[in-house]
Amino acid sequence: MKLKEIEKILGAEIITGAELREKNIEMACGSDLMSDVLSFMKSESLLLTGLTNLQVVRTAEMSDLAAVCFVRGKKPDREIIEMAESKNIPLMTTPLPMFESCGRLYQEGLSGCSEYKR
Amino acid sequence: MPSDSRISKVQELIYEIRVGEVMKTDPVTVTPQMPMSQLREILREKRISGTPVVKGDTLAGIISIEDFIKWLADREPDCPISEKMSKDVQTLYADEPLTQAVNKFEQYGFGRFPVIDRESQKLRGIITKGAIVEGLLRKLEIDHIEEEQVYRRRIKHFFEDILADRVSLFFRYEVAGQDFKRAGEGASRLKSSLRRLGLDPQIIRRVAIATYEAEMNLIIYTKGGRIRVRVEPQEIVVRVEDSGPGIPDVEKAMQPGYSTAPEWVRELGFGAGMGLTNIRKCASRMGLHSAVGKGTTLNIHIVVENGVTRGTEGIDSAA
Repeated sequence: MKLKEIEKILGAEIITGAELREKNIEMACGSDLMSDVLSFMKSESLLLTGLTNLQVVRTAEMSDLAAVCFVRGKKPDREIIEMAESKNIPLMTTPLPMFESCGRLYQEGLSGCSEYKR
Repeated sequence: MPSDSRISKVQELIYEIRVGEVMKTDPVTVTPQMPMSQLREILREKRISGTPVVKGDTLAGIISIEDFIKWLADREPDCPISEKMSKDVQTLYADEPLTQAVNKFEQYGFGRFPVIDRESQKLRGIITKGAIVEGLLRKLEIDHIEEEQVYRRRIKHFFEDILADRVSLFFRYEVAGQDFKRAGEGASRLKSSLRRLGLDPQIIRRVAIATYEAEMNLIIYTKGGRIRVRVEPQEIVVRVEDSGPGIPDVEKAMQPGYSTAPEWVRELGFGAGMGLTNIRKCASRMGLHSAVGKGTTLNIHIVVENGVTRGTEGIDSAA
Protein backbone atom coordinates (compact mmCIF):
# COMPACT_ATOMS: atom_id res chain seq x y z
CA MET A 1 0.00 0.00 0.00
CA LYS A 2 1.33 3.41 -0.90
CA LEU A 3 1.78 6.20 1.64
CA LYS A 4 -0.70 8.36 -0.27
CA GLU A 5 -3.38 5.64 0.10
CA ILE A 6 -2.77 5.55 3.85
CA GLU A 7 -3.06 9.34 3.88
CA LYS A 8 -6.48 9.00 2.26
CA ILE A 9 -7.79 6.12 4.38
CA LEU A 10 -6.85 7.89 7.62
CA GLY A 11 -7.82 11.37 6.41
CA ALA A 12 -4.29 12.22 7.48
CA GLU A 13 -2.15 15.26 6.91
CA ILE A 14 1.46 14.76 5.89
CA ILE A 15 3.66 16.90 8.14
CA THR A 16 6.92 16.17 6.40
CA GLY A 17 8.06 13.92 3.56
CA ALA A 18 5.19 14.69 1.16
CA GLU A 19 7.58 13.93 -1.70
CA LEU A 20 7.61 10.30 -0.50
CA ARG A 21 3.86 9.81 -1.09
CA GLU A 22 4.61 7.05 -3.60
CA LYS A 23 6.63 5.09 -1.03
CA ASN A 24 5.46 1.55 -0.48
CA ILE A 25 4.34 0.58 3.00
CA GLU A 26 4.34 -3.17 3.50
CA MET A 27 2.81 -3.39 6.99
CA ALA A 28 1.94 -1.42 10.09
CA CYS A 29 1.98 -1.52 13.85
CA GLY A 30 0.37 0.61 16.54
CA SER A 31 2.31 1.20 19.76
CA ASP A 32 3.24 3.79 22.34
CA LEU A 33 5.99 1.63 23.73
CA MET A 34 9.17 2.26 21.78
CA SER A 35 10.88 -0.82 23.22
CA ASP A 36 8.14 -2.95 21.68
CA VAL A 37 8.58 -1.17 18.37
CA LEU A 38 12.33 -1.82 18.47
CA SER A 39 11.71 -5.42 19.40
CA PHE A 40 9.18 -6.61 16.89
CA MET A 41 8.53 -4.10 14.16
CA LYS A 42 10.04 -4.97 10.81
CA SER A 43 11.80 -2.56 8.48
CA GLU A 44 9.73 -0.72 5.88
CA SER A 45 6.64 -0.60 8.07
CA LEU A 46 4.40 2.20 9.31
CA LEU A 47 4.28 3.10 13.01
CA LEU A 48 1.05 4.49 14.43
CA THR A 49 1.62 6.12 17.80
CA GLY A 50 0.20 8.58 20.28
CA LEU A 51 3.66 9.65 21.44
CA THR A 52 5.19 12.78 19.95
CA ASN A 53 8.74 12.97 21.23
CA LEU A 54 12.19 12.74 19.68
CA GLN A 55 12.47 9.11 20.70
CA VAL A 56 9.75 8.17 18.24
CA VAL A 57 11.83 9.46 15.34
CA ARG A 58 15.00 7.91 16.77
CA THR A 59 13.21 4.59 17.08
CA ALA A 60 11.96 4.87 13.50
CA GLU A 61 15.51 5.61 12.39
CA MET A 62 17.05 2.64 14.22
CA SER A 63 14.39 0.21 13.03
CA ASP A 64 14.42 1.45 9.41
CA LEU A 65 10.70 2.22 9.59
CA ALA A 66 9.04 3.59 6.45
CA ALA A 67 6.88 6.28 8.09
CA VAL A 68 5.27 7.44 11.33
CA CYS A 69 1.65 8.50 11.81
CA PHE A 70 0.56 10.31 14.98
CA VAL A 71 -3.00 9.48 16.05
CA ARG A 72 -5.74 11.64 17.63
CA GLY A 73 -4.57 14.76 15.81
CA LYS A 74 -1.29 15.06 17.70
CA LYS A 75 1.43 17.15 16.13
CA PRO A 76 5.12 17.00 17.03
CA ASP A 77 7.37 20.01 17.74
CA ARG A 78 9.52 21.71 15.13
CA GLU A 79 12.63 19.96 16.46
CA ILE A 80 11.09 16.53 15.92
CA ILE A 81 9.92 17.41 12.42
CA GLU A 82 13.38 18.64 11.54
CA MET A 83 14.98 15.43 12.73
CA ALA A 84 12.54 13.33 10.70
CA GLU A 85 13.25 15.50 7.69
CA SER A 86 16.98 14.95 8.00
CA LYS A 87 16.46 11.20 8.27
CA ASN A 88 14.02 11.06 5.34
CA ILE A 89 11.24 9.66 7.50
CA PRO A 90 7.76 10.90 6.53
CA LEU A 91 5.57 12.06 9.43
CA MET A 92 1.80 12.37 9.29
CA THR A 93 -1.06 13.06 11.66
CA THR A 94 -4.60 11.69 11.66
CA PRO A 95 -7.58 12.94 13.67
CA LEU A 96 -8.63 9.28 14.25
CA PRO A 97 -7.83 7.54 17.54
CA MET A 98 -5.40 4.60 17.61
CA PHE A 99 -7.91 1.75 17.46
CA GLU A 100 -9.84 3.21 14.56
CA SER A 101 -6.70 4.11 12.61
CA CYS A 102 -5.40 0.55 12.91
CA GLY A 103 -8.83 -0.90 12.16
CA ARG A 104 -9.33 1.09 8.98
CA LEU A 105 -5.90 0.24 7.60
CA TYR A 106 -6.32 -3.44 8.46
CA GLN A 107 -9.72 -3.47 6.82
CA GLU A 108 -8.18 -2.04 3.66
CA GLY A 109 -5.71 -4.91 3.57
CA LEU A 110 -2.56 -3.60 5.25
CA SER A 111 -0.85 -6.44 7.17
CA GLY A 112 0.37 -6.41 10.72
CA CYS A 113 4.07 -6.91 11.47
CA SER A 114 3.62 -10.36 13.00
CA GLU A 115 1.70 -11.88 10.08
CA TYR A 116 3.59 -10.31 7.21
CA LYS A 117 5.52 -12.74 5.01
CA ARG A 118 8.11 -11.43 2.61
CA MET B 1 28.41 20.56 -3.05
CA PRO B 2 28.12 24.37 -3.05
CA SER B 3 26.00 25.84 -5.82
CA ASP B 4 28.78 27.86 -7.49
CA SER B 5 30.84 24.76 -8.16
CA ARG B 6 27.74 23.22 -9.76
CA ILE B 7 27.52 26.19 -12.11
CA SER B 8 31.12 25.86 -13.16
CA LYS B 9 30.44 22.16 -13.69
CA VAL B 10 27.66 23.08 -16.13
CA GLN B 11 29.97 25.55 -17.86
CA GLU B 12 32.54 22.83 -18.18
CA LEU B 13 29.97 20.45 -19.57
CA ILE B 14 28.74 22.75 -22.34
CA TYR B 15 32.28 22.79 -23.71
CA GLU B 16 32.70 19.08 -23.21
CA ILE B 17 29.43 17.69 -24.55
CA ARG B 18 28.95 17.57 -28.34
CA VAL B 19 25.75 18.58 -30.08
CA GLY B 20 25.47 15.03 -31.43
CA GLU B 21 25.20 13.63 -27.87
CA VAL B 22 22.07 15.52 -26.89
CA MET B 23 20.29 16.01 -30.25
CA LYS B 24 17.17 14.09 -31.07
CA THR B 25 18.03 11.55 -33.75
CA ASP B 26 15.53 10.38 -36.38
CA PRO B 27 13.64 13.65 -36.32
CA VAL B 28 10.28 14.02 -37.99
CA THR B 29 10.86 15.47 -41.45
CA VAL B 30 8.71 16.57 -44.37
CA THR B 31 9.41 16.71 -48.12
CA PRO B 32 9.45 19.92 -50.14
CA GLN B 33 6.56 18.64 -52.28
CA MET B 34 4.19 18.03 -49.37
CA PRO B 35 1.21 20.41 -49.43
CA MET B 36 0.98 23.00 -46.66
CA SER B 37 -2.46 21.71 -45.72
CA GLN B 38 -0.92 18.44 -44.50
CA LEU B 39 1.55 20.15 -42.21
CA ARG B 40 -0.96 20.87 -39.47
CA GLU B 41 -1.67 17.18 -38.84
CA ILE B 42 2.03 16.36 -38.60
CA LEU B 43 2.83 19.19 -36.16
CA ARG B 44 -0.18 18.35 -34.04
CA GLU B 45 0.30 14.61 -34.00
CA LYS B 46 4.01 14.71 -33.24
CA ARG B 47 3.60 17.64 -30.83
CA ILE B 48 6.33 19.66 -32.47
CA SER B 49 6.48 23.29 -33.49
CA GLY B 50 8.69 22.94 -36.53
CA THR B 51 10.41 20.39 -38.71
CA PRO B 52 13.28 20.16 -41.25
CA VAL B 53 12.36 19.86 -44.89
CA VAL B 54 14.42 17.12 -46.51
CA LYS B 55 14.97 16.24 -50.12
CA GLY B 56 16.46 12.79 -50.35
CA ASP B 57 19.13 12.93 -47.65
CA THR B 58 19.90 16.61 -47.80
CA LEU B 59 18.39 19.45 -45.89
CA ALA B 60 16.38 21.74 -48.15
CA GLY B 61 14.89 24.07 -45.56
CA ILE B 62 12.94 24.31 -42.33
CA ILE B 63 9.27 24.96 -41.73
CA SER B 64 7.77 26.08 -38.44
CA ILE B 65 4.37 26.60 -36.92
CA GLU B 66 4.88 30.37 -37.42
CA ASP B 67 5.23 29.81 -41.18
CA PHE B 68 2.08 27.73 -41.10
CA ILE B 69 0.09 30.35 -39.16
CA LYS B 70 1.24 33.06 -41.57
CA TRP B 71 0.07 30.93 -44.51
CA LEU B 72 -3.30 30.42 -42.82
CA ALA B 73 -3.68 34.10 -41.98
CA ASP B 74 -2.86 35.16 -45.54
CA ARG B 75 -5.62 32.79 -46.77
CA GLU B 76 -3.48 31.70 -49.65
CA PRO B 77 -4.34 28.62 -51.70
CA ASP B 78 -2.66 25.32 -50.85
CA CYS B 79 0.91 25.04 -52.11
CA PRO B 80 3.99 22.82 -51.62
CA ILE B 81 5.92 23.38 -48.38
CA SER B 82 8.97 24.38 -50.45
CA GLU B 83 7.27 27.70 -51.29
CA LYS B 84 6.78 28.72 -47.64
CA MET B 85 9.79 27.22 -45.88
CA SER B 86 12.90 29.15 -44.84
CA LYS B 87 15.63 28.15 -47.24
CA ASP B 88 18.45 29.96 -45.56
CA VAL B 89 18.72 27.46 -42.73
CA GLN B 90 21.01 27.89 -39.74
CA THR B 91 22.47 24.52 -38.82
CA LEU B 92 24.84 23.00 -36.33
CA TYR B 93 27.40 20.24 -36.82
CA ALA B 94 27.09 17.12 -34.70
CA ASP B 95 30.74 17.41 -33.58
CA GLU B 96 30.43 20.99 -32.31
CA PRO B 97 30.43 21.61 -28.55
CA LEU B 98 27.13 22.52 -26.89
CA THR B 99 28.35 26.05 -26.28
CA GLN B 100 28.01 26.69 -30.04
CA ALA B 101 24.40 25.62 -29.89
CA VAL B 102 23.73 27.80 -26.83
CA ASN B 103 25.22 30.81 -28.66
CA LYS B 104 23.12 30.16 -31.74
CA PHE B 105 19.90 29.90 -29.74
CA GLU B 106 20.75 33.25 -28.16
CA GLN B 107 21.77 34.87 -31.44
CA TYR B 108 18.80 33.82 -33.59
CA GLY B 109 16.03 33.15 -31.10
CA PHE B 110 14.90 30.07 -33.04
CA GLY B 111 13.24 27.14 -31.33
CA ARG B 112 15.33 24.47 -33.05
CA PHE B 113 18.34 23.87 -35.25
CA PRO B 114 18.86 20.96 -37.63
CA VAL B 115 22.09 19.09 -36.94
CA ILE B 116 24.06 17.93 -39.96
CA ASP B 117 27.10 15.79 -40.53
CA ARG B 118 30.17 17.88 -41.30
CA GLU B 119 31.43 15.58 -44.07
CA SER B 120 28.31 14.29 -45.78
CA GLN B 121 26.18 17.37 -45.05
CA LYS B 122 23.32 14.96 -44.37
CA LEU B 123 20.72 15.62 -41.70
CA ARG B 124 21.58 13.72 -38.50
CA GLY B 125 19.09 15.12 -36.02
CA ILE B 126 17.53 18.16 -34.47
CA ILE B 127 18.41 20.12 -31.35
CA THR B 128 16.10 22.12 -29.10
CA LYS B 129 16.69 24.02 -25.85
CA GLY B 130 14.82 21.25 -24.07
CA ALA B 131 17.23 18.65 -25.45
CA ILE B 132 20.19 20.69 -24.16
CA VAL B 133 18.74 20.96 -20.68
CA GLU B 134 17.90 17.26 -20.65
CA GLY B 135 21.37 16.33 -21.85
CA LEU B 136 23.02 18.45 -19.19
CA LEU B 137 20.86 17.05 -16.42
CA ARG B 138 21.54 13.49 -17.54
CA LYS B 139 25.28 14.12 -17.55
CA LEU B 140 25.22 15.82 -14.15
CA GLU B 141 23.28 12.94 -12.71
CA ILE B 142 25.63 10.34 -14.16
CA ASP B 143 28.66 12.22 -12.82
CA HIS B 144 27.06 12.47 -9.41
CA ILE B 145 26.20 8.77 -9.29
CA GLU B 146 29.71 7.84 -10.41
CA GLU B 147 31.28 10.03 -7.76
CA GLU B 148 29.13 8.41 -5.14
CA GLN B 149 29.90 4.91 -6.37
CA VAL B 150 33.63 5.55 -6.30
CA TYR B 151 33.30 6.85 -2.76
CA ARG B 152 31.25 3.85 -1.67
CA ARG B 153 33.55 1.37 -3.36
CA ARG B 154 36.55 2.93 -1.70
CA ILE B 155 35.08 2.72 1.78
CA LYS B 156 33.59 -0.73 1.18
CA HIS B 157 36.93 -2.22 0.34
CA PHE B 158 38.54 -0.58 3.31
CA PHE B 159 39.07 -3.88 5.10
CA GLU B 160 40.41 -5.67 2.03
CA ASP B 161 42.90 -2.91 1.32
CA ILE B 162 44.61 -3.13 4.67
CA LEU B 163 47.22 -5.84 4.92
CA ALA B 164 47.37 -7.21 8.43
CA ASP B 165 46.65 -10.38 10.35
CA ARG B 166 43.86 -8.61 12.11
CA VAL B 167 42.06 -5.38 11.22
CA SER B 168 39.75 -3.56 13.61
CA LEU B 169 38.01 -0.24 13.50
CA PHE B 170 37.24 1.47 16.80
CA PHE B 171 34.54 4.05 17.41
CA ARG B 172 33.79 5.75 20.70
CA TYR B 173 30.73 7.75 21.70
CA GLU B 174 30.28 9.65 24.96
CA VAL B 175 26.81 9.60 26.49
CA ALA B 176 25.62 12.10 29.11
CA GLY B 177 23.16 10.85 31.75
CA GLN B 178 19.60 12.26 31.86
CA ASP B 179 20.13 14.00 28.53
CA PHE B 180 16.95 12.90 26.76
CA LYS B 181 17.30 15.47 24.02
CA ARG B 182 20.41 13.80 22.70
CA ALA B 183 19.34 10.25 23.48
CA GLY B 184 20.10 8.05 20.52
CA GLU B 185 22.67 10.34 18.98
CA GLY B 186 25.46 7.85 19.58
CA ALA B 187 23.51 4.99 18.03
CA SER B 188 22.52 7.22 15.14
CA ARG B 189 26.09 8.24 14.38
CA LEU B 190 27.22 4.65 14.68
CA LYS B 191 24.49 3.55 12.29
CA SER B 192 25.52 6.12 9.65
CA SER B 193 29.14 5.03 9.93
CA LEU B 194 28.33 1.35 9.54
CA ARG B 195 26.22 2.18 6.50
CA ARG B 196 29.16 3.91 4.90
CA LEU B 197 31.21 0.80 5.46
CA GLY B 198 28.67 -1.00 3.28
CA LEU B 199 27.55 -3.55 5.85
CA ASP B 200 24.45 -5.66 5.40
CA PRO B 201 21.41 -3.49 6.31
CA GLN B 202 20.00 -6.21 8.60
CA ILE B 203 23.28 -6.42 10.55
CA ILE B 204 23.37 -2.63 10.82
CA ARG B 205 19.80 -2.66 12.08
CA ARG B 206 20.62 -5.17 14.82
CA VAL B 207 23.67 -3.19 15.94
CA ALA B 208 21.69 0.08 15.87
CA ILE B 209 18.75 -1.23 17.89
CA ALA B 210 20.95 -2.91 20.51
CA THR B 211 23.15 0.18 20.84
CA TYR B 212 20.13 2.48 21.06
CA GLU B 213 18.58 0.44 23.88
CA ALA B 214 21.89 0.39 25.73
CA GLU B 215 22.29 4.13 25.21
CA MET B 216 18.80 4.70 26.62
CA ASN B 217 19.80 2.68 29.70
CA LEU B 218 22.85 4.90 30.22
CA ILE B 219 20.67 8.00 29.98
CA ILE B 220 17.85 6.71 32.18
CA TYR B 221 19.78 5.00 34.96
CA THR B 222 23.32 6.39 35.09
CA LYS B 223 25.19 9.67 35.20
CA GLY B 224 26.53 8.84 31.78
CA GLY B 225 29.07 6.58 30.17
CA ARG B 226 30.61 5.60 26.90
CA ILE B 227 29.91 3.32 24.01
CA ARG B 228 32.88 1.67 22.37
CA VAL B 229 32.46 -0.20 19.15
CA ARG B 230 34.94 -2.54 17.53
CA VAL B 231 34.22 -3.44 13.93
CA GLU B 232 36.06 -6.38 12.42
CA PRO B 233 35.30 -8.21 9.20
CA GLN B 234 33.68 -11.11 11.08
CA GLU B 235 32.25 -9.48 14.18
CA ILE B 236 31.00 -6.23 15.65
CA VAL B 237 31.36 -5.73 19.39
CA VAL B 238 29.58 -2.92 21.20
CA ARG B 239 30.84 -2.30 24.75
CA VAL B 240 28.72 0.00 26.90
CA GLU B 241 30.26 1.16 30.17
CA ASP B 242 29.22 3.43 32.99
CA SER B 243 30.55 4.20 36.44
CA GLY B 244 27.46 3.61 38.49
CA PRO B 245 25.18 3.15 40.29
CA GLY B 246 25.34 -0.51 39.16
CA ILE B 247 22.64 -3.19 39.06
CA PRO B 248 21.94 -4.94 42.41
CA ASP B 249 20.34 -8.03 40.85
CA VAL B 250 21.55 -8.72 37.32
CA GLU B 251 19.43 -11.84 36.93
CA LYS B 252 16.27 -9.94 37.79
CA ALA B 253 17.23 -7.06 35.49
CA MET B 254 17.48 -9.52 32.62
CA GLN B 255 13.87 -10.68 33.10
CA PRO B 256 11.50 -9.35 30.44
CA GLY B 257 9.18 -6.73 31.93
CA TYR B 258 11.21 -6.11 35.07
CA SER B 259 11.82 -2.40 35.42
CA THR B 260 12.86 0.17 37.98
CA ALA B 261 12.26 3.07 35.63
CA PRO B 262 10.48 6.16 36.99
CA GLU B 263 7.19 7.28 35.50
CA TRP B 264 8.67 10.07 33.36
CA VAL B 265 10.75 7.50 31.47
CA ARG B 266 7.65 5.44 30.73
CA GLU B 267 5.98 8.52 29.31
CA LEU B 268 8.78 8.69 26.75
CA GLY B 269 8.01 5.19 25.53
CA PHE B 270 10.77 3.40 27.43
CA GLY B 271 11.31 1.88 30.83
CA ALA B 272 9.02 -1.12 30.35
CA GLY B 273 11.74 -3.56 31.21
CA MET B 274 12.28 -4.69 27.64
CA GLY B 275 15.65 -3.05 26.94
CA LEU B 276 18.00 -5.86 27.90
CA THR B 277 15.64 -8.43 26.38
CA ASN B 278 15.74 -6.52 23.10
CA ILE B 279 19.49 -6.27 23.20
CA ARG B 280 19.81 -10.00 23.77
CA LYS B 281 17.48 -10.62 20.84
CA CYS B 282 19.68 -8.54 18.52
CA ALA B 283 22.98 -9.95 19.77
CA SER B 284 24.73 -13.17 18.84
CA ARG B 285 26.20 -13.14 22.33
CA MET B 286 25.83 -10.79 25.28
CA GLY B 287 27.62 -10.28 28.56
CA LEU B 288 26.49 -8.11 31.48
CA HIS B 289 28.71 -7.41 34.46
CA SER B 290 27.76 -5.04 37.23
CA ALA B 291 28.96 -4.02 40.66
CA VAL B 292 26.82 -1.78 42.84
CA GLY B 293 28.54 1.54 43.44
CA LYS B 294 31.13 0.82 40.77
CA GLY B 295 29.36 0.48 37.48
CA THR B 296 28.12 -1.74 34.70
CA THR B 297 29.69 -3.15 31.58
CA LEU B 298 27.58 -4.59 28.80
CA ASN B 299 29.18 -6.42 25.90
CA ILE B 300 27.12 -6.99 22.78
CA HIS B 301 28.60 -9.29 20.14
CA ILE B 302 27.10 -9.44 16.68
CA VAL B 303 28.62 -11.96 14.33
CA VAL B 304 28.74 -11.06 10.66
CA GLU B 305 28.25 -14.34 8.88
CA ASN B 306 29.33 -13.31 5.40
CA GLY B 307 32.08 -11.01 6.51
CA VAL B 308 31.82 -7.24 6.56
CA THR B 309 33.14 -6.54 3.09
CA ARG B 310 30.71 -8.85 1.43
CA GLY B 311 27.67 -6.94 2.65
CA THR B 312 24.79 -6.68 0.20
CA GLU B 313 24.95 -4.10 -2.56
CA GLY B 314 21.56 -2.68 -1.75
CA ILE B 315 22.46 -0.06 0.79
CA ASP B 316 19.38 2.11 0.99
CA SER B 317 20.00 5.72 0.25
CA ALA B 318 18.12 7.10 3.23
CA ALA B 319 20.55 8.91 5.47
